[in-house]
Amino acid sequence: MAMDAHEIEMLIRAGLPDASVEITDLAGDGDHYAARVTSASFRGQSRLQQQRAVYAALGDRMGGVLHALQLTTAIPQE
Amino acid sequence: MSDDTQVRLASLVEGADVMLFMKGSPLFPQCGFSSRAIAILQHLGTEFESVDVLQDQDVRQGIKAFSDWPTIPQLYVKGEFIGGSDIMMEMYESGELKELLVEKGIVPAA
Repeated sequence: MAMDAHEIEMLIRAGLPDASVEITDLAGDGDHYAARVTSASFRGQSRLQQQRAVYAALGDRMGGVLHALQLTTAIPQE
Repeated sequence: MSDDTQVRLASLVEGADVMLFMKGSPLFPQCGFSSRAIAILQHLGTEFESVDVLQDQDVRQGIKAFSDWPTIPQLYVKGEFIGGSDIMMEMYESGELKELLVEKGIVPAA
């Protein structure tokens, strides 16, 4: 089971409309991705809260069809 | 999640200062993310306990709801959920994880 990088990006942006999302296919196998998500909505949130917001956007795919996602969250620079 | 599982998970996270829920064992991690979590804890020189979620389906599914976190590994320090391996790595690199362990009296300051 695997997911397309574009699909991951669309899902994250559906949950966090202002976010910029960079997806890297780590292993070239469509199954191990890194995502860097930058969103102003993260301001004032802990890393836990930021990552939970991304996981919420991905819903139950996370840990299911999407099994390996290395996740980094950031707040846009002023 | 059954009440039994809830009680078991609560006693596991309270049962050690540093508790890692992982896939496999510290010697034989079964996933790259768990392997990275172990490497971080070993670098910090902290003692820790681990639970292999692959050995117990109730724990494997239960811990996700318990922590409100969809992935494994998961790190607890003094009963508090800290995060998964990406958060561990960020906190390791920034020095925050070491600070936290020192603050909690788990590793010496030096």
